[in-house]
Parts: sequence; structure tokens; C-alpha cells
Amino acid sequence: MTALFEATGLHKRFGDRVVLEDISLAFHAGTTTGIMGPNGAGKTTCFNVLTGHYRPDRGRVAMDGADITGLAPQDIVRRGVARSFQAINLFDQETAQDNLVVALPRVRARAHRALRDLARDTAAQDEAAALLARVGLAGRERTIAKDLSYGERRALEIALALATSPRIVFLDEPTSGLGANGTARLAELIGELKRRFTIVMIEHDMRFLFRLAERIHVIHWGQVIASGTPDELRGNAWVQRSSLGAA
Amino acid sequence: MHVAAPPTVPPALANEAPRARIAPLVPRPLIVLALVMGTAVWWLPAVGLYAYLGVEIAIFMLYAQGYNLLLGHSGLPSFGHGAFFGVGAYAFGLVHKHVVVNLWIDLAAAVLVAAVAGALVAAFISHRRGIYYALLTIAFGQLAWFVAIKWHSVTGGEDGLLNLKRPVLDLGVAQLSLARNEALFVFVLVLLVVVVLGCWRFVHSPAGRVLACIRQNEMRARFLGYRVWAFKFAVFVLSAAIAGLAGGLFAMAQQSAYPNVMSLHQSGFVVMMVLVGGGLASFWGPLVGAAFFILARDLLGAYTETWLLWYGLTFMALVLWKPEGIAGMAADVARRIARARP
Repeated sequence: MTALFEATGLHKRFGDRVVLEDISLAFHAGTTTGIMGPNGAGKTTCFNVLTGHYRPDRGRVAMDGADITGLAPQDIVRRGVARSFQAINLFDQETAQDNLVVALPRVRARAHRALRDLARDTAAQDEAAALLARVGLAGRERTIAKDLSYGERRALEIALALATSPRIVFLDEPTSGLGANGTARLAELIGELKRRFTIVMIEHDMRFLFRLAERIHVIHWGQVIASGTPDELRGNAWVQRSSLGAA
Repeated sequence: MHVAAPPTVPPALANEAPRARIAPLVPRPLIVLALVMGTAVWWLPAVGLYAYLGVEIAIFMLYAQGYNLLLGHSGLPSFGHGAFFGVGAYAFGLVHKHVVVNLWIDLAAAVLVAAVAGALVAAFISHRRGIYYALLTIAFGQLAWFVAIKWHSVTGGEDGLLNLKRPVLDLGVAQLSLARNEALFVFVLVLLVVVVLGCWRFVHSPAGRVLACIRQNEMRARFLGYRVWAFKFAVFVLSAAIAGLAGGLFAMAQQSAYPNVMSLHQSGFVVMMVLVGGGLASFWGPLVGAAFFILARDLLGAYTETWLLWYGLTFMALVLWKPEGIAGMAADVARRIARARP
């Protein structure tokens, strides 16, 4: 079975420091995959390479079997790949709804239009409002993004990725900075989203990850040191030794 | 299903924007501007001013409004924009002298040549950001200024192109002379209204909204699938074209085109106009700033040769204490009045 998204033999170095070394990963359509590992292991760099932020020194990235290695982020996004960021990345002076309106492919396709008022595109406004409702932000449509609470901004960050109509979504530490209640609500959201999207997420919250992911890869020193289902990893000697599978 | 935590900002304090507002086709401030300036030929002499001053104010308003598409709206700091103003002026003068004396053709040449010059510069800088972007615009601006001074056979060197005539305004059914400043003022005002209206539509269009988002978070825009460089390229060309139109009109008004308008300090003036007026906070700021600058130059300049020192001090005070500029102050006053009403 061909993977929806596949990385083979990725290498990345910054100066003398090797950050990724022979990373190979495959994500199948409809699955939720977790990536875990200690700080500085190379997880976010791996995401950055997969989504076009960095070009790999070696290796291949493919979507639907087509080579997308080294393509710019905007070209990768147009192939159905979306991502969220560990540090929240929004358009802070825009309303929550306008953040999503700009992200919609229908708006992107007409973005060259230089005279028609974007606010007249009611279909885009409605689509954005529906997406906001789906991530629990109903009623906050016209709130400026910087005035949202941290949890709401996290939800908007994820909605922004979903608004691009992706086939695969990369979430970089989605629970970062959330309290227990926020994490529980996010788990509920991702539980719903995983029925519709292929999801890959970096996460430090092991309870969260082991509950949601069907398959988990452990990255350490820029290498994949273990892969398997949550149950398999709980029994993995290395994971137990490093206390990562304590959840 | 709910993911977000309950709002921590009390609803009363949260910055709740109204429902997505459709921008009016013709905004009220533009109507006010057209009325105030449209009647200026009658009231300017009464307040001790003169029609040519109105011409310059309208030209610099047009220039500043186009420039603010870059600086205020898109967050792209171009500090050598005088180059495109000058290129427009020279293109107007050269076509006028060597090709044809026709108002529309000469002005079209000013716009087109400035747009092409803008495209050449934008091709080099649109992949850059921040300080590198700003420095490159200065470098290209200085390059244009140097060429204008040294290429005597074409530009006339430091003297520039002299003795340009103001072409007749040919409307098909009638021909109007623009030799008198009053007539030229009305013509420039009509162009100003058209350009401001175009800019107004642009900033509310999908392209304009994407540029505003690029200003706020370029990386995020890229990760939403936007070719950021293409938007930066396009707005630079558009802004350069408007600067070229302003330059062409200025050459017509001055009946000459000379390199001084391309110098670094002249490029700095448009930045000051936009910032003092409040272009970073308001669409209308550049218009206010341009009028303030030209009036300060004329009125203060009548009393002291050091008018620019006083203007500079005003600029510094505004940047330090009221970065939203005059438009921001006006908005504060309007808010206070609204609050004071029962």
C-alpha cells in the first residue's frame, strides 16, 4: 500500500551539527501518527523539512508518490499539506474569522483580484464561520486574534491549518501551553478530526499522544530510534528506559 | 464539541469587531476631500494661499497615498521611492520633448516607465525582508538619482529637462488649457480622487487583504499557500506606477523635470508625510500628512529658513509620543467626543 506522504533517508545539518540523520517515515491516508522524543531531538526540524521550510541535504519527500523534495512551502501547501506551529502563528490584527477567510483555497484562487471587496464573499465568510464553530470558537468570529485567550488562539492555529483543505495535517506540539482542561478539549477535537484527515503530530504529552495516535515514532539524536503502535512502544525497552512510555 | 478554553478576556473588554463590514464603494472621507479640495480654488485666496499650492498638495497626496500601499498597508519599507517619482517626471518630459505633446500619452509614459522601473527593482528585492529590503530600496534609489545627474545627453544633468509645456486636456468634445494653475489643480484633483478610490478598493480586495496578512506574518501567509514574493512584487509595481503618475504631474506643474526629486532626502519626505499623517494607522493618513508637509513648508518657510528643523522636531515628537500620527490624534478626539455624548 502506497503511503500518502513519505520521507526517505532525510539528512539535514546546520554547520557541523547533524540534526537529522537518515530519517525515513511513511504516513498512510486516514491514520494518526505521533512523533515523540526529547527536546532538541530534531522533531521540529523534521517537520520543517517535510513541509518545505528547510530543504533537506539528502533524501526524498513524496506526496502521493510524487517527489516534493525541496519545494517551497506554498507549493507543498497547494498539494494538500498543512501545518501548525509550536509557537502560535496567526494574523494577530485580523479577526478570527478573517484569519480563516484568507486561508481558504477559494479565496487563494481569487487573491489576484484587486478591486472586489473580500467582505462581499459571503460563501467564504460562512465557510470560515463554520470552521470556527467546529474548533469551538463559535461566537468569537469578530474578535481580533490577539484578543483571544491562549486556548482559543491554539484552536485558531489548528483551524488555520484545516482551512487550507489539507489531506494531511502536521501539528507541532498542539497542547503546548494548554492546561488540563484545554488539553482534554483539544484531544476531543483531534479525536473528531482524525476521522476526516491524516494527522501527524509532535507531542510531549504522552497520555495525549498514546490515546490518539495509532502509530508512534520516537526520534532521538536526529534518528528514528523506535516505531510502533502505542502498545508496542509501551513494551519497548528503550522507551521504558527513557521514561517516555510511562503514560 | 468544544476545544478552546473559556475566554479569559471579559466580554465587555474584548475587542469585538462588528460583523464583517463591506467597505462603502465611495467612502465618506473621500467625499469630504473632494468637496474641500474641489472648492479650494474659491477659498484658497481668501485664506492667503494660492492655486499652485493646491496643485502641489494634490500631487503629493497622490504620491503619498500610493507610497502607503507599500509602507503602511504592506509593511514594506521603501526608502528610495523618490526614484519612481523622478522616473515618472523624466519619462513625461522625454516623451513630451522627443515623441509627442499629448497629455494622456505623456502621462501614460510616466506611469508605464515608472512601473517598469518598479518591476526591475521589485524583481531584486521581493524575496527580501526588513533591513535588507529597506537598504536595497535606498541603493536602487541612489542609483537612479546618480544616473539622472550623470546622463547629461538624456536627462540634462543637474539642470534637468527644462521648458516643458503643459499639454492641452483633450476630452474629444472639448479642449481645455491647463496653463492656468486653477485648471491644472482641478485636473490633478480628479486624478487624485480616482487614484484614492482605486487604492481604497485595492486594500479591501482579496489581494489587499493578503498583503495586510503578509505584513503581519509573512511565514504564515507562505504556509497558507501564498506566493508572498509575487504579492510583494505586485504592490511595489503598483506603488511605483502611482509615484510615476505623481512625478509626471509634477513635471507638468513645474514645467521641468530635474534630479533633485530623486535624492535620498526627497525620498525621505514621502516617508515623513506618511508617518506624520498616520499612514500606519489609517488609510487617510497619507493625505493628511502630504497636506501638512506642503503647508508647513510654505507657511513655516515664509517665516524661517529652518522650517525643516521644526518639521523634523514635529516628526520626532510624533514618532515618540503619537506614532499613529495626525490621523490617530483625530481618531482619539472623535472617540472622546463620542464618549462625552449622553
